Formats: sequence, C-alpha cells, structure tokens
Amino acid sequence: MSLIVSSIGQGLLWAVLGVGLFLTFRILDFADMTVEGTFPLGAATAVMAISHGMNPLLATLLAFAVGALAGLITGLLYTKGHIPILLAGILVMTACYSVNLRIMGRANVSLLGKNTLFKNHFLASLPQYFDSVVLGTIVMVIITTIVIYFLQTELGQGFIATGDNQTMARSLGINTDNMKIMGLMVSNGLIAFGGALVAQNNGFADVNMGIGIIVIALASIIIGEVAFGDLTLNQRLVAVTLGSILYRFVLLIVLKLGFQANDLNLISAIILAVCMMLPVFKNVLNFKHLLKRGLDTND
Amino acid sequence: MTKPLLELKDVVLKVNRHTPEEITILNHLNLTVNEGDFITLLGSNGAGKSTLFNAIGGDLTIDSGQILLKGKDISHESVEKRTRFLARVFQDPKLGTAPRMNVAENLLLAERRGQRRRLAPRHLNKQLERYEKITATMHNGLDQRLTTATGNLSGGQRQALSFLMATLKRPEILLLDEHTAALDPQTSQDLMHLTNQRVQEEALTCLMITHHLEDALTYGNRLIVLHHGQVTFDVSGEEKAALTTEKLYSFFADIE
Repeated sequence: MSLIVSSIGQGLLWAVLGVGLFLTFRILDFADMTVEGTFPLGAATAVMAISHGMNPLLATLLAFAVGALAGLITGLLYTKGHIPILLAGILVMTACYSVNLRIMGRANVSLLGKNTLFKNHFLASLPQYFDSVVLGTIVMVIITTIVIYFLQTELGQGFIATGDNQTMARSLGINTDNMKIMGLMVSNGLIAFGGALVAQNNGFADVNMGIGIIVIALASIIIGEVAFGDLTLNQRLVAVTLGSILYRFVLLIVLKLGFQANDLNLISAIILAVCMMLPVFKNVLNFKHLLKRGLDTND
Repeated sequence: MTKPLLELKDVVLKVNRHTPEEITILNHLNLTVNEGDFITLLGSNGAGKSTLFNAIGGDLTIDSGQILLKGKDISHESVEKRTRFLARVFQDPKLGTAPRMNVAENLLLAERRGQRRRLAPRHLNKQLERYEKITATMHNGLDQRLTTATGNLSGGQRQALSFLMATLKRPEILLLDEHTAALDPQTSQDLMHLTNQRVQEEALTCLMITHHLEDALTYGNRLIVLHHGQVTFDVSGEEKAALTTEKLYSFFADIE
C-alpha cells in the first residue's frame, strides 16, 4: 500500500516535467534537450538557496526563474542564432552541467536538517508519502490550470498556431520567434521547478540527476496519450499527470520483477520506445485484420 | 478616385548574394498599385511573381529600391508588422491554416491579424454564431464544421477557409498566390467566383498570381505580365477587357 501511495506521490511531483515538456514537444513540436540541464539546475538552485537560509517556496520559485533563463538562452540560440533546436538544447544542457557544479561547489549537496517545502507543519503531520501526494496535487492543479488558461488566451492561441503552422502564424502577424522563446522559457522554468521539488523530496541535489529526464517527461506525455486516446487539448494536459502516475506504477512493477534501480533508464527508454511505436503496431494489426476481412465471404 | 496605395520603385532583389550563383530575380521593377485595383499577374516560371509577393510581404529583403505604402517606406518593416495591412493566401492549402486547430479557432486567429495578442481570454464562443454566418457564404459545408480540426477538411474547404481568413479583417492589400491552383477544376472555379465576389463587395485592393489565362482575363480590372523580373505588360480598364487569350499567347510567344 505504501508503495502505491509513494508511486502516486512521485508521479504527481514528476508530472511537472511532463507538462513543461508538453509545451515544447507537443505544442511547438520539437524536442528540447535543454531540460536535461535545467532539471538539475533547478534542483541545485533550490538546494543552495535553501541551505543559505532562503524560504523553501521562494527557493522553488527562484529555480523556476533560473530555469526560464536557461530556456531563454536556448531560445535565442535557436531563433536568433539559427542553431538547430536539437543542438541549441544540447549546448545549453552541456553548459548547465558546469554551471550546476559551480552553483553547488561539488557534485552532491544534501538538504539534511534543512527546511524544505515538505517540512511544512501540515505536510509533516501527514502519514508517510502522503506529503508528496498532497503537495503534488496542489502543484499540478495550479500549474495545469494556469497552462490551460494561458492556452485559451489570445497569446496562447498564437503560441499554439506557431507550433502548428509557422508560415500561417507569421502571415497573421504572430511573432513566431518570440513565441518559441516564450515557450522554451516557460517549459524550462517548469522543468527546473520540478527539479526543485524532486530535490527537496529526495533531500539532496546531484549534478547527474538530469540524465534521462527527457525520457521520463516524454513517457508521462506519451503514456497519458496512449492510455486515454482521443482527447481535447485541455484533457491531454490533465492526462499528462495521470500518465506520469501510470509511469511510476510501471516502474514499481518492474522493480518488483527483480530489476534494479540502475536498470531504470534502460527500462524507461524501452517503455517510451514501445509506446511511441504503438501506432505502427496498430497499423500492422489493422492491416492483417483487413486482409482477413478481404478473404471473408460474408463481408 | 485612383490613389496609389502601394508603390514599388526600382526594386532589385537578388538571391544567393555574393556567391557565383547570384541571380537577380527582381530587376529594377517598378509598379504602382492603385486603391481598388484587382490585378491579375501572369508570367512564366521564374519570372519573379512569387518573389514579388515575398518582397511585398517582407519574407525577402530587397537589395535596392523602395516599397511604399501610401507614400510611407515599408521596405525594412518586418513580416509581422506588414501583416497589419497585408493578407496573403498561399497556393498550398496546407500553408494557410493551422491543421490541429479547428475552423473557428483559425478564424479567431485571423481576426487579430497584425494586432497585439493579449493575455486575455479569447472568447471563442461569443463568435461562433457570426462565424457560422460568414462560413456559410462559402457554400461548401464549412459552416457545419466549425469545430473540426482544419487538418481533416478537404483541400477545397481548407483553401476557402484560408481565403476567408485573409479577408475576415479587411486587408489594405490582398495577395493571392495561385490560391486555386491546387484544387480540382470545379472547386477551383467556385473559389474563384467567391474570390471575385468578395473582392468586389469589399472593394479590396488585390494582386492575384495565376497561370490560368482565362481567369486572368475574366477577373480584375488590370492585367500585368512579369518577365525577367520586370513588368513588361500592363493593361487596365477597356484595354484589358478587349484582350483575348490569343493576343496573350502571341504576346508570350514574342517575349520568350
């Protein structure tokens, strides 16, 4: 039971990443590698700010701002510097590694004995693992609501149009460069925010905690889509959170099957690859179905 | 009342600048578009028709010369800024609409063409009734599909929608780049009729690229032929009305 609660809590906390990546991967329609750097960047920022006595909530918001700054750099390299987005993301991600080491001064910083969002009186009074469930729910409700509201504004519609058809967006006077920069900033801000939450939950920040983040975030998006099928945009955003929780359940099962925590990146990659190939499998299966039907004289 | 709306003065536009493959596409081109002109634009491939549109639209920067709108130099304004007065319909139906957004959302986007997009709710539902009426004028079932993603529309419906979007917020200049070329003959003709109707009703100033000589003769008050980046033929009014496809063919044979 406690494992299930813990999985739900983890799923909720990590869902921030899914929503963040959704903005670039699904709406702007490109894969932003920056997130592998901004996740530990957010963690490092929050952990260091908290160790220097900053209020944990402020430290978490500071992480958002720092992440957004990294997103801004990727955005400028991409739109103004004309560097392909994949490379622009990798450049900033690589740079972040050094920056993170600079911020923390060493590879791993613990929050032992320090105040965190989870040590709030109310959260601390809850049974084990329920703190992340409650905090994760609050965070996801707020973030999802803001993102859904934003996408329904005039600006948000221009943002969606940019990812959907850039030529058209430009011909309607939408500044597509600014939209992409904005998307990258908010997306990376959210990822860093997620990094700050996870670091506080784990009780430490590690310079290597960003490895495989893009796969985990993508997994919550894709699993949500695969599990819930045809949805409206708003529903899809909610499905990201559910996808993130489902993903944690899958990991739980995998661990129960006897795999080790070290295998998780491999498993995550396999899960994501399989989920992304599902449409192909489906087509193949339908094709067989059609072949059979063609032979059926009762058709 | 014929005031010059758009003037191109001695416009030169080269591609592959400073390389051995440098080509001059627009070669000291001069053109004055008057308010209310409906110009059909002919020319062989490579004559510079689309480049002319891209120069007016700001996608390509001109090397020398001037582009004036109502006497104001806009040669260096960005694409986004120029959309305040300019609307375009492209040849490819895919280019004119956002495929994952529905018909009403696309119309709403188009209605704010060239304007600042605020962080305020879009108020789509308030517009639905009006959009239904507007799309019904297209007579192709678009009004029944306001909530359909445009990616699921037929090419004809998409192109009709693109055209509607371009004229929803009245543009001072409308550029149509072979906007019926990708459609089947019947659909293409229907859209051409609708185009003409709307241009007349709204008294729009419009430039239309076409390879269809009949269309070029039937529609508009002025016909221009572009050749090697220059205007080589420019007739309007009765002179244009007296033009026939034969005369045009012989003209094309002469300049080649």
